[in-house]
Amino acid sequence: MNLRSPLANVRGLGSAKEGTHHFWYQRVTALFLVPLTIWIMTALVMMTATDYESIRLWIQSPINALLLLFFIIALFFHAQLGVQVVIEDYIHSEWQKFSCIILIKFLAILAGMASALAIIKIFLGL
Amino acid sequence: MAAVKGPLSPHLTVYKWQLTMLLSIAHRATGVFLSLGLLMLSCWLLSIASGAEAFHAMSIHINAWYGQLILILFTFSLYLHLCNGIRHLFWDTGYGFEIKTSNNSGYAVVIVSTLLCVITWTAGGMS
Repeated sequence: MNLRSPLANVRGLGSAKEGTHHFWYQRVTALFLVPLTIWIMTALVMMTATDYESIRLWIQSPINALLLLFFIIALFFHAQLGVQVVIEDYIHSEWQKFSCIILIKFLAILAGMASALAIIKIFLGL
Repeated sequence: MAAVKGPLSPHLTVYKWQLTMLLSIAHRATGVFLSLGLLMLSCWLLSIASGAEAFHAMSIHINAWYGQLILILFTFSLYLHLCNGIRHLFWDTGYGFEIKTSNNSGYAVVIVSTLLCVITWTAGGMS
């Protein structure tokens, strides 16, 4: 006998079998990225020197390093969610779709962590 | 899935082109394009972390005409995706669906993102 209510059975399960998490994360990262993008573009426009040492110094400021790290992580999260939807919409063979999504996630985590490591390395002055 | 024989839903080509439709497609296209830009941003950060030599090797390509052209395209795509994304966030809360409003917000997206792109490339150190 199933004691779970019908609502409990369907909660979190949409047609994609994973509920609204994808939609929700896409919107939350988008919301985070609005101020972060405005910040990075303003900073780039205001930047007077773009030589190697100046850019390193800019990243070594704690607030810049922190926001840059946040920006990069939110971007990768947002980008792989978006590309996943495009793949789901246009690739119809099940195994190809699945492989592409796994590949996108792998690339996003790899490149995202590499970028984070790069920012931390510059921040620490290494 | 087996191929379905029979009438399919109307294809994109039967519709008259409209701004709302163009922006919807552009949002996707810029999203995919910006994902590639994100990988380039990663490479750039990695080059800074790797040392002056790697940074200068990459700067040569960034400062070349093709590098600058790609950067301008990335800048415009970023602003278009940002502005249209804000439009989408308003839709998600249930506002702005009226035909007149969505057309007007569409024009605003095009105008504002173009202006921001011009400002970014004329003012400041990037140019």
